[in-house]
Amino acid sequence: MIEKVLKGNSKYWMWLAFLSAFIAVGAICYLRQFIIGMGLTGMGRDLSWGLYISQFTFLVGVAAGGLMLVLPYYIHNYKVFGRLTILGEFLAIAAIIMCLMFIMADIGQPLRGLNMMLHPTPNSMLFWDMMVLLGYLGLNIICAWVILTAERKQVKPPKWVYIFVYASIPFAVSIHTVTAMLYCGLPGRHFWLSAITAPRFLASAFAAGPALIIIACLIMKRVANFDAGKEAIKKLTTIIMYAALVNAFFVGLEFFVGFYSNVPGHKHALQYLFFGLEHHGILYNNLVPFMWTSVFLCFGGLALFAYMKITKVYNELLIGIGCAGIFIALWLDKGLGFVMGGLVVSPLDEIVEYVPTANEIGITLGIWATGILLVTLLFKIAVDVEHEVEA
Amino acid sequence: MDKQRRKFLKVAGATALAGISAPAVVKLTASDALASSEHAAPAADAHEGANGHGDAPKGIRLGLVIDMRKLYGKPELLDKAVAACNKAHNIPHFDNKKDEIKWIWKAPFENVFPEHSQYHPADTAKDNDFLVLCNHCDEPPCVRVCPTKATFKIEANGIIAMDYHRCIGCRFCMMGCPYGARSFNWFDPRPHVKEFNPEFPTRMRGVVEKCNFCGERLAKGLEPACVEAVKEDEAITFGDLNDPESEIRKVLAENTTIQRKPSLGTKPSVFYIV
Repeated sequence: MIEKVLKGNSKYWMWLAFLSAFIAVGAICYLRQFIIGMGLTGMGRDLSWGLYISQFTFLVGVAAGGLMLVLPYYIHNYKVFGRLTILGEFLAIAAIIMCLMFIMADIGQPLRGLNMMLHPTPNSMLFWDMMVLLGYLGLNIICAWVILTAERKQVKPPKWVYIFVYASIPFAVSIHTVTAMLYCGLPGRHFWLSAITAPRFLASAFAAGPALIIIACLIMKRVANFDAGKEAIKKLTTIIMYAALVNAFFVGLEFFVGFYSNVPGHKHALQYLFFGLEHHGILYNNLVPFMWTSVFLCFGGLALFAYMKITKVYNELLIGIGCAGIFIALWLDKGLGFVMGGLVVSPLDEIVEYVPTANEIGITLGIWATGILLVTLLFKIAVDVEHEVEA
Repeated sequence: MDKQRRKFLKVAGATALAGISAPAVVKLTASDALASSEHAAPAADAHEGANGHGDAPKGIRLGLVIDMRKLYGKPELLDKAVAACNKAHNIPHFDNKKDEIKWIWKAPFENVFPEHSQYHPADTAKDNDFLVLCNHCDEPPCVRVCPTKATFKIEANGIIAMDYHRCIGCRFCMMGCPYGARSFNWFDPRPHVKEFNPEFPTRMRGVVEKCNFCGERLAKGLEPACVEAVKEDEAITFGDLNDPESEIRKVLAENTTIQRKPSLGTKPSVFYIV
């Protein structure tokens, strides 16, 4: 089936060339970082995790978001998602590969990465995160490939593959839970030390993943003659609405706990993210515009969806705008605010703001471009197989 | 015939898989990997308070008492202790604050003890800097989070040590440490070492490092470099916290001491008399 990626129209090749340009820039930036050192990033002694880890965290969510397609179809036999589950699985594969690339970009000695397996350490959450991510990657590769092959041959998928399909459901939950546990089990990091971190991650994942799939479907309807179906898209927007609302509710709870208890450590990160934090007469507020943009985009997207539900309007442009708004809102919330807000007050009670460097942003864009390229190739295979079957 | 062949392949495949994964399972279940659960002092936890230490576990647990009363008004003594450490461990000097490597350094009271807030701080706390270093915790979060056991507790003496050759540079330990005691080599440190000491290895780029309680000097029967530097003023006492006859226990018994962020349950082995 891989040969499908080698045939395409000129627009397809131009899109791949466009992405490759970013990948090339990212590769050069990474080479610089590999040769000169991690000092080329904006990270430092007091703020030693940054853009790479926050992208990793967000993308684990995108990978887990595929669950919102797989679960209704395979557990509840919701046939409308029949054409979409394969996209959810392929998106998960690409997202996890991006996660692994961000981890490799983030570690100081990438050539020693195998030490994670040579010296397995069950008391480290990073060890378990690696286990569940590799497990989820493997499960998705098996499920997607076997089911797509069966579809191409127009036979039923073999029964044994359903074991892997059902196993992938708890695995999807586990990848984001364990990723949350990287953060929420650390003493002295007040913003992260919250039992609601994992549920919050899951809620935002179940909105961000489907939002991305809808955007991809709307694009493919125009460029690849692939129609996911009106009902499927409508159902997905409902799922996104619930998940985004639950996420907003959880953020609200964090606000209540911080500000009602009035414990300074619990308030600092939220103050910094949304209002700016004053310390020794200096106001630190780098992220305030980003966080309010996130709030407006999230509620704007929700309002748009609600309007369409109430008036029973089905407008693909509006749906696309709503999905993009919510996706960007959740990226700002989790892919930017969560990590940087949690680290802004150092263990020695100093305020250190983080600004990523150009080199770091180059690597980040390069990895995103690689991921989008992978998604393009995988979705092309899926769509072409569908066309082949229909023909 | 064909069916039998398929069956055989299935069984053979499953057996091969089991064979491949066996070493990993053995490795995981062997005592080494599970060591962290073993050294949690068994009976101690039951009758200790939120920040208490309970009964002292067996074995040696090295610790420090820093008597700040003997250091007030003498910043040069703090500098002397820091310089001695920097020299002993080939610690590089970077001008940019974000690239700094620090094993022991000085900082104001409010930064060292953010949990001990004072409305109108005592002059001693306002006018003086305090020494900061790794606490060599009895329950170290950095060891708990390390994915490769590159940082570990030496059971024989309680020192939290680093294996610079195993560290992958993920910096999870820096996230876990609530004391900011760890530094990462953002650049190659070697060109930034001012005075090279052949007695101690230099580090490479991309690994984490921190105070090792001068394990290499203890092995030669010497005291830690910072302790030795301020020896004449008897400002720092070093010794076994588990030995009731030790000098450090005498100091602890005679004075009220504080620790950094005791509420986090890390059980720091560095104490301050303020």
